[in-house]
Amino acid sequence: MELTFWIALATMGGLGLIFAGALAIADKKLRVKENPLIGKVNELLPGANCGGCGSAGCYDFAVKLVEGKASVNGCPVNDTDSVKNIALLLGLDADDSVRLIPRILCRGGNNEAVQKMAEYFGPLSCSAMDIVSGGTKLCYYGCLGGGDCVKACPFDAMVMNDNNLPELIEELCTGCGLCAKACPRNIIEMHPKDRMIFVYCKNHDDPKTSKSICKAACLGCGACARKSEGGLAVINNLGVVNYDRINPDIIPFEKCSSGALTRLNVPDSRNPS
Amino acid sequence: MTQNLALEIMPDSPTVTIPLSQHIGKQAKPIVQKGSVVKAGSVIAEPEGFVSIPIHSSVSGNVLKIHREPNVSGFPKDSVIIKSENNGEAEKYEPMDYNAVTPEEIIERVRLAGIVGQGGAAFPTFIKLSPPKDKNIEYVILNGCECEPYLTRDYRLMLEKSREVIIGFSLIMKAVGVKKGIIGIEDNKPEAITKLKEIAKDFPGIKIEVLETKYPQGAEKMLIKSCIGREVPPGKLPMDIGVIVLNIATAVAIHDAVVKGEPQLYAVLTVTGNGIVTPKNLMVKIGTPLQDVIDFCGGIKEDAVKVIVGGPMMGVAQFDFSAPVVKATSGIVILTKDEVNEHPETPCLRCGKCIEACPLNLIPTKLARYVQLEKFEEADKIEITTCMECGTCTFTCPANIPLVQWIRLGKQRVLNLKKNQNDKN
Repeated sequence: MELTFWIALATMGGLGLIFAGALAIADKKLRVKENPLIGKVNELLPGANCGGCGSAGCYDFAVKLVEGKASVNGCPVNDTDSVKNIALLLGLDADDSVRLIPRILCRGGNNEAVQKMAEYFGPLSCSAMDIVSGGTKLCYYGCLGGGDCVKACPFDAMVMNDNNLPELIEELCTGCGLCAKACPRNIIEMHPKDRMIFVYCKNHDDPKTSKSICKAACLGCGACARKSEGGLAVINNLGVVNYDRINPDIIPFEKCSSGALTRLNVPDSRNPS
Repeated sequence: MTQNLALEIMPDSPTVTIPLSQHIGKQAKPIVQKGSVVKAGSVIAEPEGFVSIPIHSSVSGNVLKIHREPNVSGFPKDSVIIKSENNGEAEKYEPMDYNAVTPEEIIERVRLAGIVGQGGAAFPTFIKLSPPKDKNIEYVILNGCECEPYLTRDYRLMLEKSREVIIGFSLIMKAVGVKKGIIGIEDNKPEAITKLKEIAKDFPGIKIEVLETKYPQGAEKMLIKSCIGREVPPGKLPMDIGVIVLNIATAVAIHDAVVKGEPQLYAVLTVTGNGIVTPKNLMVKIGTPLQDVIDFCGGIKEDAVKVIVGGPMMGVAQFDFSAPVVKATSGIVILTKDEVNEHPETPCLRCGKCIEACPLNLIPTKLARYVQLEKFEEADKIEITTCMECGTCTFTCPANIPLVQWIRLGKQRVLNLKKNQNDKN
């Protein structure tokens, strides 16, 4: 019994010593010297690995930054302070970048949009629904309600509301733009945060059809465009905002019968959001 | 259910909706306006581009409007709506003698008559009949297997229009310049086999091949393998291995176009399923709303839950019965609750039934998983684009996983990715 104990102790202890020695030598001989800046920059990055910058992850982006292959403003998620600190570390100038935010340009939820006489069985994903007769709504341009944008968001900033439309929680949103890429109908657009005027519709059907299929549809009537001095135009039955020329003071927002044209941050009984 | 019911011709509907795109390829350009007077068989839209065909009016009457209308594909399409007045004779091309006609004349007539493949994909037939010069075509195969379960229209055509089938087939062989023709028929249709064999005696080169009855025997790649033992490699077309495959109904349409001079005005289809009051085999004018066809068959029973245009495996479920019958419509299947699988999806059992069932030897469960995880490159490596969407995997799956639905999505995404890459290069 006692002998067994000593043999076991000697073998295991001996093995341990040999490997420890090998590791110690490897540590000295094979060490790769990393630029200490990379670690510091990496700590200042958000660490969400969302891919919004186009790199494989935050560390990859940090390497590119230190090597001078990426712009300090390349990360759409980082806040201004961190960007400034990274710029200080690297001795660069940070530009004042404009924060982008996704805008969901469809208000045709289950309450507004007319549903097809159909039930959907199959994968619950917008892009899968889109190839089966274009989803369950009669509108072929609007939100499919499958939640691809919600699944795409790594920050949980997108949620489906009771009306089966996605809703943005602005405090959590970092502007990485993954939701806009995930939407098969291109309803979600990335806009500078201070833009306040949007046409909340993507429907190109003629006025009669769009009126019959969705309460929230832009009919393409052109009431908004008439006196907008080029700030708004109706292209292919849909109102389009020209952000270079729009002047909010002369746009008759109240004339939009469906409320598709909206000015955010201005109280309006029809548009509680 | 409908195999012993003779083909009936359905009377004209009061209005027909004729989509400008009933084929793969570019939409045709309308040449009529609101108020135009058209005759049955007159051209209402001209082809645009090479892969396109003219569209004919199926009735005589007035054009009410040109508008985007619901379509059996599930996506609305620009359509010409015509009010039928039944005034005036149908317009025809000049009938030709099938012995004297030249290959060029056949192909031109097939193009003018607007004939598309009746197997489901609706590929313009005249392009199929003129393969590139460097392809050495040895065989033409006619698909006498019903495309899908429930449907019986090809069987009825073989029985009732046997002569037309054989003459149409000999015209196809002449147009392509091929000496060997095979008609593949499933062994559950003995009457059709006897009848066609009888007539084919007078036409050298036409052979009838009796095949096992199974789904999807009527799929192009399966049919070629069963008839001549060749396999179509992934990413290739039948013509790459020297074969062209056409459908029974297409052969009849070609016969009518050449011998009688009639453009394709009728779709031959089976109205079936436990949910319809009187199942029928019908010849329906192109553009007839589904509602009128259903009414003609006595209407829908109360316990019906699903209306599918095409076959039950690959057809498209309908949500709007104002959608019209189009050239490639092969059937309307109305299913009751017992015939539809509405069980909830459960996790994969790893049983491998879908792998055994796949006629193309793909691995459906792995493909679907890759698509779910958006690993499209891996899916492409195991040949997702080879899938013909026959639906056998989903049908066999004991866990009710929508396999073919995922694979369809993946196919589309992979093809888009490839297209984007090509555009970049």
